[in-house]
Amino acid sequence: MPATEHIVVSCTINGESQVFLANERDSLLEALRDRIGLTGAKEGCNNGNCGACCVNLDGRIVNSCLVMAAEVEGSEVTTVEGLADGDQLSALQNAFLEQAALQCGICTPGFLVASQALLDENPSPTEHEMRYWLAGNLCRCTGYDKIIKAVQQAAEETVA
Amino acid sequence: MQAVKYARAHSVEEAISLLQEGGADARPLAGGTDVIVQARERTRKISLFVDIKHIPELIGIEYSDADGLTIGAATPCYQLYNDANVAERYPALVDSASLIGGTAIQGRASLGGNLCNSSPAADGIPSLIVLEGQVHIAGPNGSRSVAVEDFCTAPGRNVLGDGEFVTKLSFPAPADGSGARFLRFIPRNEMDIAVTNAATQLRLDADGNVNWARVSLGAVAPTPLLVAAAADALVGQPLSEESIAAAADASRAAAKPIDDMRGSIRQRVHLAGVLTERTIRQAAERAA
Repeated sequence: MPATEHIVVSCTINGESQVFLANERDSLLEALRDRIGLTGAKEGCNNGNCGACCVNLDGRIVNSCLVMAAEVEGSEVTTVEGLADGDQLSALQNAFLEQAALQCGICTPGFLVASQALLDENPSPTEHEMRYWLAGNLCRCTGYDKIIKAVQQAAEETVA
Repeated sequence: MQAVKYARAHSVEEAISLLQEGGADARPLAGGTDVIVQARERTRKISLFVDIKHIPELIGIEYSDADGLTIGAATPCYQLYNDANVAERYPALVDSASLIGGTAIQGRASLGGNLCNSSPAADGIPSLIVLEGQVHIAGPNGSRSVAVEDFCTAPGRNVLGDGEFVTKLSFPAPADGSGARFLRFIPRNEMDIAVTNAATQLRLDADGNVNWARVSLGAVAPTPLLVAAAADALVGQPLSEESIAAAADASRAAAKPIDDMRGSIRQRVHLAGVLTERTIRQAAERAA
């Protein structure tokens, strides 16, 4: 099998210009975690089912395990690390803490990125819209009710 | 992950030459939600991804009453349900596009990719079939088009030759009195592969007679099916319990499914009838 080359990728990550070196076969998830050191996005299933690797790519949420690192040349990527303003957690992050919407935390970065994208597009979603939007994010310990309550709290605080 | 290389094409011609240079193991890359998994899990040998998303005509949606609807093959699903013309005139495409994976999949996955993956259970293909979709193909020997129902040849296989790829899908403008619906049966609420799926498009004339219909089934045969006998059972008369039951019978007769982890033969044959009936009723509601 021929060796793949390292490639140089330029993009914007969490609002900052980044130039990074990646293996041509790297997924965006691998590049974020292993090349750039942003370990917020998690590897769960690595095949697009669990949503733990969810990031925002050019305004839409995607599973970063299903994006080649080379594809993000020229793009804007937001990861969970981009949600807080310095040490100041976002309303959504605070709501997750206040509602105890996490236990082991592996799914949480994906839920936060996906929920934030929902609230950006639809500031007052119904519970059904929340559950439908988040159907691609799996949680195996907390259960979904506390997560939905947290998103509802963030929506109420943001709209109010 | 296989030692896959990546190249970005900016024109159809560039994509054709990159795919030719890459040989038999080069694959077009649109949303990647199937091919990246296949490359990683080594279910398909892939040495080169040719990214076709930066070719202008491969992304986007155009509609006119004269020419109908054209969708760039790499257009992600979310653009379909956010498009006013698609939502108003082709709601069956919204049915499909909003059921393929979850939100993060729909941010990338395209109906062109869903078609080219050629799964018997694809949630896009029955809608493409009943809407009389045409598949526009570019390749080293020029361009051609085929009807969607003639595109898939076996599970994971289709009519594309070496170096060929799908550029666009096109659909005629729906005639007055048309309605279409796609439904899928899965044992949970969302995020699953169809046990069986189905789509129907029909047209009602001013007197309430069905004057045209198409019925398509998925996950009941090696390829998605166009079930002509189900449509024939509807055409030339008003919709009635009898004609709907006859169409459902025709779908059950056409269904030749397998037993697998998702469903038994018996369940899938039953579902072919149920979903045929429900898509007919709901297509008629949309036609009214």
